[in-house]
Amino acid sequence: MSQRIPVTELPSDFRGRAEGALADGQLRNNFRVAMDSLMSKRANAFPDADEREGLRELGNRIKAGALSRLPDLLEQLEQKLTENGVKVHWAETIEEANTLVHDIIEARKGNQVVKGKSMVSEEMEMNDYLAERGIECLESDMGEYIVQLDNEKPSHIIMPAIHKNARQVSKLFHDKLGEPETEDVNQLIQIGRRTLRQKFMEADVGVSGVNFAIAETGTLLLVENEGNGRMSTTVPPVHIAVTGIEKVVPNLRDVVPLVSLLTRSALGQPITTYVNLISGPRKPDELDGPEEVHLVLLDNGRSGAFADAQMRQTLNCIRCGACMNHCPVYTRVGGHTYGEVYPGPIGKIITPHMAGLDNVPDHPSASSLCGACGEVCPVKIPIPELLQRLRQENVKAPEQPQQVKGGGAKFSRRERWIWRGWQMLNTRPVLYRSFLWAATRFRALSPKKAGPWTENHSAPVPARRSLHDLAAQHLDQNGGRPS
Amino acid sequence: MSQLFYDAAPNATRVAPEREPERVYPDKPEAVTLFGTCVVDLFFPEAGLDAIHLLEREGVRVHFPQEQSCCGQPAWTSGYRDEAKAVARAQLDILDRAGLPVVVPSGSCAGMFRHHYRALFADEPDTLRRVEALAERTFELTEFLLKVCKVQLADRGAPSKIALHTSCSARREMNTHLHARELLQQLERVERIDHDHESECCGFGGTFSVRMPEVSGAMVKDKTRSLMDSGAVEMVTADGGCLMNINGSLEKQKESFRGRHLASFLWERINGTSEGEAA
Amino acid sequence: MSARANILGKLRNSLAGTTPRPDEFDERLVTAPWRYAPEDRIDRLRSLMEAVHTEVHPCRSDNWPELVAELLNKRNLTNLLCAPSKEHGRALQAYFEATEQKVELLAYDQPVEAWKEELFWNVEASLTGTLGGIAATGTLVLWPDRNEPRLMSLVPPVHIALLKASEIHDNLYDMMVAQDWAAGLPTNVLLVSGPSKTADIEQVLAYGAHGPRELIVLVLEDA
Repeated sequence: MSQRIPVTELPSDFRGRAEGALADGQLRNNFRVAMDSLMSKRANAFPDADEREGLRELGNRIKAGALSRLPDLLEQLEQKLTENGVKVHWAETIEEANTLVHDIIEARKGNQVVKGKSMVSEEMEMNDYLAERGIECLESDMGEYIVQLDNEKPSHIIMPAIHKNARQVSKLFHDKLGEPETEDVNQLIQIGRRTLRQKFMEADVGVSGVNFAIAETGTLLLVENEGNGRMSTTVPPVHIAVTGIEKVVPNLRDVVPLVSLLTRSALGQPITTYVNLISGPRKPDELDGPEEVHLVLLDNGRSGAFADAQMRQTLNCIRCGACMNHCPVYTRVGGHTYGEVYPGPIGKIITPHMAGLDNVPDHPSASSLCGACGEVCPVKIPIPELLQRLRQENVKAPEQPQQVKGGGAKFSRRERWIWRGWQMLNTRPVLYRSFLWAATRFRALSPKKAGPWTENHSAPVPARRSLHDLAAQHLDQNGGRPS
Repeated sequence: MSQLFYDAAPNATRVAPEREPERVYPDKPEAVTLFGTCVVDLFFPEAGLDAIHLLEREGVRVHFPQEQSCCGQPAWTSGYRDEAKAVARAQLDILDRAGLPVVVPSGSCAGMFRHHYRALFADEPDTLRRVEALAERTFELTEFLLKVCKVQLADRGAPSKIALHTSCSARREMNTHLHARELLQQLERVERIDHDHESECCGFGGTFSVRMPEVSGAMVKDKTRSLMDSGAVEMVTADGGCLMNINGSLEKQKESFRGRHLASFLWERINGTSEGEAA
Repeated sequence: MSARANILGKLRNSLAGTTPRPDEFDERLVTAPWRYAPEDRIDRLRSLMEAVHTEVHPCRSDNWPELVAELLNKRNLTNLLCAPSKEHGRALQAYFEATEQKVELLAYDQPVEAWKEELFWNVEASLTGTLGGIAATGTLVLWPDRNEPRLMSLVPPVHIALLKASEIHDNLYDMMVAQDWAAGLPTNVLLVSGPSKTADIEQVLAYGAHGPRELIVLVLEDA
């Protein structure tokens, strides 16, 4: 059975990593089974297509409405949270965000952090940043914990350890924690529970993400099934929430459809076990909860996406993962192939603004544009349209103004000329018909190898006569009349 | 695209377009233009000819402008907007000359006319009006036969089991899977068999198949496997791209199972023969 | 320039010349599909909660303490965390004293820091009230306070919750509006829809991930 390779040692390009993943039968099977199950769960959670479509439309409009007045909403959120006793911090870059988090921990002389699941903290690579400064930062979501224990990165935004099976987890717990081996999932989870309970008690700081930040009431909403989010945000004396600036919604009522869309799209659940709404630190007469609550609002390229009205739609995302669950490419290559924090279709359209298109030049092309992602997106992000747009940005000539960070990464003068040639062929009927004539007449001479195409296919051989030819003859014979 | 914007500013925040109302179909026209598509033109011309036969059988006169070439999709999906636009403009001019309803024996190309030309010409109001009119009168072949011609097919073939593959864009932009199923249902002795992961992409995706041959190849292998495992004796599809991908892969794998274009299949079933290339 | 000013400046610049979208919230979309006849609410809540491994027991104001004793004894539990300052806490205490129950009643009457070890390792079960329930999703609503703090419903392995039938709402939206939540929320509001669980290993469901392994709901049908 194959050895899982830490993501840092994988080949540097998408195609190289994909090749490795495709050759790993266990990995492919793990993903296929998991994605099939997630797809059917989602389908069952939306039995009524009209209800589903109405809710998706509402989700889209709430997010678009929020984005259309994002700066005002962020200020309102800040004001309300401040009134509630929450300290709000702003960070343009992940370096700034990490520094802010580190400063808060330092001020408390803390050296142990527990983390609830947070994709933004993944984006910040917070664990590594804090570890380098002598602070232990422990993941407490079971999947994240497993992945961290094995020095890996999450391979799915909702199911971080979906690429692993119970046997692999058992071996990991045995090797790293000295636990006896068992493939009983319940026992494995109880090992995690025991280990992490101690950590929750000892931690100086709890870090979490945010699913929705509500401007009207100054509230941070978190959804989860495990309870580690509640632990991380309640037990340690300090709670630091980190989130992207796009997570703010205007009103409390907005979370009703958004939470429903999120949990049904992600896991097929009508609601998660816990929905945790936090509006401030412990009050003087209360007996638990953190003494300090901080919110770090991170930009990290989001304002860049925001600047482009079409790409702004990427900021609708509520991180449900449905697009990857339904993606035939993701299903086959898994999350690590993407080499970035956010895998799958959504990763392909948001990563360029964070990392620069030149760092992920293959991502826009790694799609057959089948449209499954756009069809299931709960907030109706037109993912295929945006992938197509990124393909345009990818092949822009260097002398053209670049609208996306790192644009023009795939520009090739040779390829541009090929498409110019294609254009000429298809806009000059005489030329096109001559091509048809030659291709059909000399079909026996057509090449036996046609680049990458013939890796998977036999060489295409043109027909004896083109449709142009057959149609002309047929319509001539019949005088263009019904026969 | 006007419904995408709540105010005129180009930097306004966008919402998803309203759900399209169910398409209202016109009465059967006297004549149509057949847009053959480049893949059918060169690789599956018999399917185009069978499409003509099917239309003529319904009493519809078929025009085939000899100036037509490709809808522009390959360049568009590859990010070569200008090149795609030039080719699209040429087709728009040709199709506007006759002004007839346009029937396309390939869902993704029909989707190009119906949906993506709008994006290509969003910045040219005058052209956009012509594009809207083209979208309005463009029909995928199965859709046209079923909804406009209200075709009645009498099955004259031997009992057979087939699998239907629908291209993704045809499925999501044109509802081709539903139309094709309904047409096949009219054939008494044809049993349509569901195959595993039927709605999943075959991995073609135009240039995706050559830019990401590893992933695309894995997808088409899975697709051909589930088609062959389904118990069907052949596959039919109304999309030339998928057909080229699936048949090419089957041939490479030295499998005898094949797919063919739905137009040829239907024409054979109602006549007991296909004229094919020999015509 | 501060990060705050830079971020807000960039966002404002990108929106220059545009107007905010109008409010298009359509409450029918989150209410109409989720309406139930009053007599069906309990059944709906019950079936959804049972589907996620929750025990739901219909009972009355005068017999629920007896049921609690029975549930605890059946599990051989030796202690229960509950709030003596609340009416239900007093009722339970009275019943336990009158019937000489062996289960020790514990109170969360000091800051968590003062008894963390005991809370985390020794408390076997807890009992709390609820603010209400939601039929649409099979959900309990808790507003933790000084008497019933946040960790009470999280740390002990068994959580028993009292739910008054009259406080079961059709859906979350109705409940928010009926109680005017938007006017101000407490430090923490919790929606609880089952015991703690995870499917992070092979998508196999396991209960008791970090929070309670068991959630038991007592529905007071006459309250």
